[in-house]
Amino acid sequence: MGLLSKKDAKLITDPLADNNPITIQVLGICSALAITAELKASLVMGIAVLFVLGIGNVVISLMRNIIPSKIRIIVQLIVVASLVIIVDQVLKAYAYELSKTLSVFVGLIITNCIIMGRFEAFALGNGPWKAFLDGIGNALGYAVILLIVGFFRELLGSGTLFGIPVLGDPIEKTGLYSTGYENNGFMLMPPMALIIVGLIIWVQRSRNTSLIEH
Amino acid sequence: MSLKSNLHTLKEKYKGTKMAPAFNALHTFLYLPNEITHNGTHIKAADDLKRTMNTVILAMVPCLIFGMFNAGYQHHLALGTIESAQGFLGASFWTWSNLVVGMWKVLPLVVVSYGVGLAIEFLFAVIKGHEVEEGYLVTGMLVPLIVPIDLPLWMLAVAVAFGVVIGKEVFGGTGMNILNPALTIRAFLFFAYPTWMSGDKVWVHGAVERAGTADAISGETILGSYAQSQEVVYSYADMFFGIIPGSIGETSKLLIILGALFLIFTKIGSWRIIVSTLIGALTMGLVFNGVVDAGWISSSSKFFGLMSVPFWQHLIIGSILFGAVFMATDPVTAAQTNKGKWIYGFLIGFISIMIRVFNPAYPEGVFLAILLMNVFAPTIDHYVVQGNVKKRLKRLKVKTT
Repeated sequence: MGLLSKKDAKLITDPLADNNPITIQVLGICSALAITAELKASLVMGIAVLFVLGIGNVVISLMRNIIPSKIRIIVQLIVVASLVIIVDQVLKAYAYELSKTLSVFVGLIITNCIIMGRFEAFALGNGPWKAFLDGIGNALGYAVILLIVGFFRELLGSGTLFGIPVLGDPIEKTGLYSTGYENNGFMLMPPMALIIVGLIIWVQRSRNTSLIEH
Repeated sequence: MSLKSNLHTLKEKYKGTKMAPAFNALHTFLYLPNEITHNGTHIKAADDLKRTMNTVILAMVPCLIFGMFNAGYQHHLALGTIESAQGFLGASFWTWSNLVVGMWKVLPLVVVSYGVGLAIEFLFAVIKGHEVEEGYLVTGMLVPLIVPIDLPLWMLAVAVAFGVVIGKEVFGGTGMNILNPALTIRAFLFFAYPTWMSGDKVWVHGAVERAGTADAISGETILGSYAQSQEVVYSYADMFFGIIPGSIGETSKLLIILGALFLIFTKIGSWRIIVSTLIGALTMGLVFNGVVDAGWISSSSKFFGLMSVPFWQHLIIGSILFGAVFMATDPVTAAQTNKGKWIYGFLIGFISIMIRVFNPAYPEGVFLAILLMNVFAPTIDHYVVQGNVKKRLKRLKVKTT
């Protein structure tokens, strides 16, 4: 990539795979379990976190030299909270149904460990450009897992993708349903999201054994 | 060349390769191996893992056979083609046509359960390069006994794959699992396909396809009837002998008790767990009866029906007895210490009846209670052991001062 130096590019690509916030650092699990029953919700959640983390990291990075370290957590919280309120209001204005599905979990982005974690671990010690790339990278890593989990849960649980039926009509018994196939109700429950995240972790670590902790 | 020597040559040929465990397993499953040990001392005990597993399976076979007869009987009875058997030895129960219907429905479940489960065991043994373990033999037999008769086979296959991989293999295979694999499979089925696992349409063969038509038949279980405060049409003898609708293998309390005696006699099953589970269930039943007697709950409450069931009757309805004998006693997932077994069993019985009465969404709570206590079993053991350590330290102190 000409646009980014090798080191900068690594800031984006690392969190996508070998340093993924969900599967490697095991952060942000709560929202990954709660809202991934539908792909649409996963996507919106991913975008929301992308917005908050990208801008938040830059803001914290810009202020890093003037924040007294004793109250830095409070300052960070204020920054996240302001950004989350913006996201929440935009969702309520333009995607009301979706904001109802995501309900409290938009507000809970404030407590998403990934965001505080990146502020603490990266934005406080790096310049705004790097912090921005790091924020984008981690948010994308989070979104990728959310989308994978959401894909399997929606496909197997409701037979749809983004709300569009892809396996046929379960009531009229068309498509795959005519063979006796049925939706798996367990997929719509949060425990199954945990199991799918576990399976992703399993696959990832068996492909790259250096990731296995001892 | 006989099959045995064929297998032996294959085994020799593939020694040290990836496929070796698969041939080894087949060979030792069917025959005694040719090799003998030549030197050193060895523990000679007949009760190896395979013997243990086979004993449990033997204890379950009567339940399975009875389940086949019962499946056919309930089917014919619901269709109105036969008279009620009027008891355990009734003429219309032990008939050929009942057995044929039952076998036609039950054997495929057994075959799918073993086929899928053992295939996954073989696969993991080959990938991980260890010997195939016998752990699935009992699970494979338990699974058909605890599902409704009309369960589609592909659902069973999916659930078995899930249960064996997530319930057992990810923890390291036989002997390492936290949760009972058979119950993991049932829990998966219950939450994934609730319409096939509960309600009044699934317990009698043929009820599902007739639902909504003029020939609709209903096979409500006793628990279902109580939960809706309806009259229960079955006599206590029917419940005890098992001539009632229910999961395939868990209806006959008589045969389960025989199986239990067999397991206790051969020292395979822990009598402490079985007894304490029943005590726990009776205790909870007594508490609920007390609540009803004290008039703390009105008869209009939705819990009244199940709460007013006489406490001892909880043992002969639902699957508490089957769970206590064949599930709770699983040596891998149960508590290991003697005191721990009492606590573990008591809580299983106690929580089973609590879920049964309080949660109308889960008409039967036994499998949930056992899974929950499986998780807590190591904790219980830990505290029992620590308690013992403390007691002995105290004794030591008294002696030395």
